[in-house]
Amino acid sequence: MTIRLGGILFGLGITGVLLLWSLLPGALNFAFPTKPDYYAFQEKNIAPEGGFSFDGPLGTWDTQQLQRGYQVYKEVCSACHSLKFVAFRNLQEIGYTEAEVRAEAASWEVPGIDPKDGSVVKRPGLPTDMFPSPYANEVEARAFNNNALPPDLTLITKARNDGVHYVYSLMQGYNEVDPEDQAKSPDFETPAGLYFNEYFYNINIAMPPQLLDGIVTYSDGTEATEEQMAQDITAFLTWAGEPTLIKRKQTGWFVIGFLLFATFFGFMSYKTVWAGKKKKKGDVELV
Amino acid sequence: MATTADNMNTEDGVRRRDWIHIAAVSFAGVGGASVLYPLVSQMAPTADVLAASTTDVDVSALEPGQSIKGVFRDQPLFVKRMTPEEIAEMQEVDLGGLRDAESLEQRLGEGNADILVQLGVCTHLGCVPLGAGEGEDKGEFDGYFCPCHGSHYDAAGRIRKGPAPTNLAVPEFAFQNENVIRIG
Amino acid sequence: MSFAWANSYEPKNPFMVWMDEKLPLPRLVYNAIGAGYPVPRNLNYMWNFGVLAGFFLVFQIVTGIILAMHYAANTDVAFGQIEHIMRNVNYGWLMKYAHANGASFFFMVIYLHIFRGFYYSSYKAPREMIWLLGVVIFLLMMATAFMGYVLPWGQMSFWGAKVITGLFGAIPFIGEPLQVWLVGGYAPNNSTLNRFFSLHFLLPFVILGAVILHVWALHIPGSSNPTGVEVKKESDTVPFHPYYTAKDGWFLGLVLTLFAFVVFFAPNALGHAENWIEANPLSTPALIVPEWYFYPFYAILRAFTGDLTIPFTGIVLIEAKLLGVIAMFGSILLWFFLPWLDKSPVRSGSYRPMFRIFFWIFVIDMAALFYLGGAKAEEPYIVMSQIATAWYFLHFLVILPIVSQIEVPKALPFSITEAVLGKDEPAAQTAAEPAE
Repeated sequence: MTIRLGGILFGLGITGVLLLWSLLPGALNFAFPTKPDYYAFQEKNIAPEGGFSFDGPLGTWDTQQLQRGYQVYKEVCSACHSLKFVAFRNLQEIGYTEAEVRAEAASWEVPGIDPKDGSVVKRPGLPTDMFPSPYANEVEARAFNNNALPPDLTLITKARNDGVHYVYSLMQGYNEVDPEDQAKSPDFETPAGLYFNEYFYNINIAMPPQLLDGIVTYSDGTEATEEQMAQDITAFLTWAGEPTLIKRKQTGWFVIGFLLFATFFGFMSYKTVWAGKKKKKGDVELV
Repeated sequence: MATTADNMNTEDGVRRRDWIHIAAVSFAGVGGASVLYPLVSQMAPTADVLAASTTDVDVSALEPGQSIKGVFRDQPLFVKRMTPEEIAEMQEVDLGGLRDAESLEQRLGEGNADILVQLGVCTHLGCVPLGAGEGEDKGEFDGYFCPCHGSHYDAAGRIRKGPAPTNLAVPEFAFQNENVIRIG
Repeated sequence: MSFAWANSYEPKNPFMVWMDEKLPLPRLVYNAIGAGYPVPRNLNYMWNFGVLAGFFLVFQIVTGIILAMHYAANTDVAFGQIEHIMRNVNYGWLMKYAHANGASFFFMVIYLHIFRGFYYSSYKAPREMIWLLGVVIFLLMMATAFMGYVLPWGQMSFWGAKVITGLFGAIPFIGEPLQVWLVGGYAPNNSTLNRFFSLHFLLPFVILGAVILHVWALHIPGSSNPTGVEVKKESDTVPFHPYYTAKDGWFLGLVLTLFAFVVFFAPNALGHAENWIEANPLSTPALIVPEWYFYPFYAILRAFTGDLTIPFTGIVLIEAKLLGVIAMFGSILLWFFLPWLDKSPVRSGSYRPMFRIFFWIFVIDMAALFYLGGAKAEEPYIVMSQIATAWYFLHFLVILPIVSQIEVPKALPFSITEAVLGKDEPAAQTAAEPAE
């Protein structure tokens, strides 16, 4: 027995030593790190004062804001960015009537087929159409944008960490370079054709600043400041990314409330079933 | 026996205890049943299917006697401009002798003289009847004929012979203008 | 098997009597999870997770079948089909989030179930077979979850598939052809997506089969318990129903409340933002990590950054890549040998003072691996995962065998009844024997 145990331990010991040996390079690397200095982007996004209307478990959509955001998307973003998983009919969810949606859809041109000769043509959109892409394909999109690909915006608020605040921050991130950070990494400069944006992960973004004050004229009379437009487009894109967000939260309250009651009654039932099986102070087992 | 302890409080405890168990089991039952709702309703038509429910048809180039075959809600649609002879003949049919009594006016709708809009779906078991295309077999009543099980429809799409129970269905439609009909 | 004092099924309703003669399914259920199954009366809440795991398996199968009704396994449309489910299908958003988070909860429950086994040595005789089947179930779950995560065809889906199938490329000689065969190409493509969908649909039913064997094997010796002392007499047990159905029932309600909170208010908290970007074979995300439940094993995989050489000669025995793969698979396959690595005659960690200290160190080690598996592949995380990995293997291969030899366990209670009530009447101490 002792011999067998000794043998096993000896074998395991050898294995252990070899394993640890193979881990050595990492340890050396740790002791003598070679980490370059670089200009770091802002990982902490900003949020609008008072937050968004859809924030938190009790949030709701602000349809006025969503409609303003839609206007910003239509007049600014849609020049380069698609919204391919959203259909015009979905606009009814942000407060447009069926007739308005029909008219709105018709104001967009979508690819279609000529019923007479089958050639590819542009036709006015129908409510059932999806938002059209501004470019025919990725090659064209890159060719128009200095080889950068404008991402589809449908899911942008979900496809980035802290995406809602990321979009809001990015829209307002075209600031001046911080002189202190510049001093720390003197080689840092923004290459030609790119723009400094401290919320973008590699600091330099291909998209020029877009939300210049007054670039859109809101139909509801709201003043179109950069901050206002950033809020509105963020809200619209949040809705576009997850139209069921508010319904989900409302359903959640109901379900959790029900489950809490069910759990409570289940617990009381459990207590009743087990009464007499648990040891209590001064209990005498009557067997 | 260990159950003695239970028995000790049976006399005055039985009501409260039963109530608790019934409540707990009912909650579980109601919860389980309400979960069925989304599980069942997810098989109902999806939002994009429900939304794709209108079709526009341009009838400006349609000559009397000609038909257009379209698609409405994933089903074939027959739009036909009836000839004056057909109209006259159909108006004379005695409604009393029909399986599914409908006058031509009822089938055309108000303010519509000659455009017959109907689904190309045999009301028997869903085949596409012949008769809308050039040179197809129009059946014994010179309208439509379903080859699957031999249902004969007249020029107004009314069932006259064979197993089909009702006339060819007329979907809801409206003239957008003189030339364009919106179906659905 | 059952204990001699187990309640026996006696149907009164004529239909049930008839049924019992023709197909004794109600009897089977009665004896398996009903009043006919005597269970130690002292189980604590760590014993709830088996039933919960069964619940989540069924939950995943139901929601999964529904999602499959709306999904299409084709790289051109798969990502869009998920959006179709989220936007157009009635309650599709609920099904999608419930299934994705259901997988997370399934693993959470399973990890607690496994750690219950570690602490109370549920793997020891006579329950080795239950443990071995459990490890098989866990491996099947890992395969199923991995392939399921590929189906939405997002960035993490694609790159996860690429990285994990790349592991097989590390196997000497047959690695590369094996990898190409597994993927059906040179990188994950439409064939890969289709076979993963097919297998993701199939494997849960294989798991279900393994679970039935697992429960069957459990009913031969009966459930273990927190003292590790075997059942001796009737006062040691209570019938499963109503005692443990009530306990499992209310606890299920509690876990479902937590689950509902995640599904309805933070459905993406356990996922990765990158997976909401459609797969792009030409662009790698900044940080590729699997779902959180694979983190410990991913940390072990990444810990090996150097080749295994014969010291001071420079002769490479095993390359770093293969070493990582071996270690990762080995870290789980190790569990198969657990019943024979820990030979202590005492089961419960509560009566093993030295084991208990090392158990909690191991819990900390696993927690560290969980954290490190999701961290960036840079210092200090690499060296930390190396230390944690080394400890993981030391724990199972060296510490457990040695501790079980040198430890002096605390005195065990005579019986479960004594452990619960503080005393047991002397008459029974000589009389009762386990039925089998």
